[in-house]
Amino acid sequence: MIWLGFALIFWCAATLVNVRLAGSAYNDTRLVRIFVPLLFGATLLVLWEALVRHFDVSPVILPPPSLVARTFVSSTETLWIDFQQTVVKGALSGYVIGMVAAFLTAIAIDRSTFLTRGLLPIGNFVAALPIVGIAPILVSWFGFDWHSKAAVVVVMVFFPILVNCVQGLKEAEAMQRDLMRTYAASYLQTLFKLRLPAAMPFVFNGLKIATTLALIGAIVAEYFGSPTRGMGFRISTGVGSLSIDLVWAEIAVAALVGSAFYGAVSLMERSVTFWHPSQRGGRS
Amino acid sequence: MKLSFFPVLGVLGAIVVLWYLAVAPMNIRVALDVAERAGAEVVPKGSVVRRDVSVWRLMAQNSGHVAQGYALDRPRLPTPQQVGQELWKTTGKMVQRGRTWSKRSLIYHGWITLQSTFWGFLLGTSVGILGAVLITHLRVMELSLMPWAIISQTIPIVALAPMIIVLSSQVGIEERGVPKAIISAYLCYFPVLVGMVKGLRSPAPAQLDLLKTYNASQFQVFRLLRLPASVPYLFTTLKVGVAAALVGTIVGELPTGAISGLGARILIGDQFGTPLAIWSALFAAAILAGALVTLLDVAQRLVQRRMGGRT
Repeated sequence: MIWLGFALIFWCAATLVNVRLAGSAYNDTRLVRIFVPLLFGATLLVLWEALVRHFDVSPVILPPPSLVARTFVSSTETLWIDFQQTVVKGALSGYVIGMVAAFLTAIAIDRSTFLTRGLLPIGNFVAALPIVGIAPILVSWFGFDWHSKAAVVVVMVFFPILVNCVQGLKEAEAMQRDLMRTYAASYLQTLFKLRLPAAMPFVFNGLKIATTLALIGAIVAEYFGSPTRGMGFRISTGVGSLSIDLVWAEIAVAALVGSAFYGAVSLMERSVTFWHPSQRGGRS
Repeated sequence: MKLSFFPVLGVLGAIVVLWYLAVAPMNIRVALDVAERAGAEVVPKGSVVRRDVSVWRLMAQNSGHVAQGYALDRPRLPTPQQVGQELWKTTGKMVQRGRTWSKRSLIYHGWITLQSTFWGFLLGTSVGILGAVLITHLRVMELSLMPWAIISQTIPIVALAPMIIVLSSQVGIEERGVPKAIISAYLCYFPVLVGMVKGLRSPAPAQLDLLKTYNASQFQVFRLLRLPASVPYLFTTLKVGVAAALVGTIVGELPTGAISGLGARILIGDQFGTPLAIWSALFAAAILAGALVTLLDVAQRLVQRRMGGRT
């Protein structure tokens, strides 16, 4: 009962503080921007801990965050090996290969009306497909090690990025293109000075969606066979052997990595598309 | 649409041709193994020896067996024709024989998947749009929700799936579709949220200032400016969202030990070593996704025409 009461009081207090901070004059400072989501997250953790303790939930079903934290600290070595296997080798290499391939393909097919007209509907269609389903096929083609995971990630991120790039390249308006023509700008000049910058909001939209797809792809592919390391392997065996605390520690690693990945892409977006209305003026 | 008919056909034709060409090198090893077992003369004897020889040399040395790669029972890469036959066998033929809802029919599995996708999409879109509205209007929501929405997507939902099933059965939900719909909504809401935040913020500051000079209330700004401005973004994100919902359902069917649904067909095909079952389930999922996205595309055209936009 003490735990539940404490959690409720903490919840109310944190919400009050957050509302006051968000309404205060300092709401655009970096400190507040970091503190408010942190407090919100802490509230969720406190609620989780309190509910688990209050209802005496078995750690096999839902371990409290404190237990997960202890497991995290005590098994950093395992987590580090899994991180390298899944994130660095599988997800990151696949993401980079897929991104470069999609970007070059978009610029290449953009010059040909025939290919754009033919490939865009197909690319749109494939981007909408549940591509994770090919994971078992690719695992049987490329073997159990990280190559097959990278291949799954390449296929998963390629089409969302491609479609966004092609769509973005069409974003420059006819008036703007005419202006470039009156300047006697060459194809490359128009591409680099007008069309690529205009495409960037779309490109980054695709890149941001792809960050989460890359992690999901790399982890799901490990369900269909992997060496005895990797986050997906650890999660699937952990669920089987009821070491749910280790599974949650892996999930925490995945969450940290994914947020860092997404944050890096967002930072790049902010510096590249500073002119776009959605980036200007913040709260408008 | 009519103008792009021939280019799409051309590109599709090129893909099919490339596919047929790829089948020969992909399947040559399996074809040679089968031929050797049947007693035929194969140039480097033994499949272990052949593993070190490149596929091109194998094809040149055993040109008589290349054709066998196109008619294998368990190919590494089936031909489009084989996939088509398998699809027809598990859909159209079943209907003809009056066994549409048989456990072996892909129509039955597709219907199971479609139901979970629909509920997941409905739930995910509502949460996504509601979240976007809150984020654009309440500063505290933007500060506290947005980072966590992003973090939520980085948690591999596949890991939570078994726990979602355990928890939902403890709460008293026996229906198998509920955990799948939750997973599907979890993947679906995020693209909708991101797209709608972008869409609701797409009016330029000058337009917002104009409405402010009209003394418009926040609700009026929302109804008259932000909402109409976000419609193109809305439909684009809905198309992404419905596809993500389908992905979520299929991902949800993979590790949860589901026995029906397209994802379960893929899993069973992998476990029993029947690539044709995997490929036909994949294509059935593709057809389903295509139908859902096309449906939303038609809706987008209708709505945008009514709003006087360019189509």
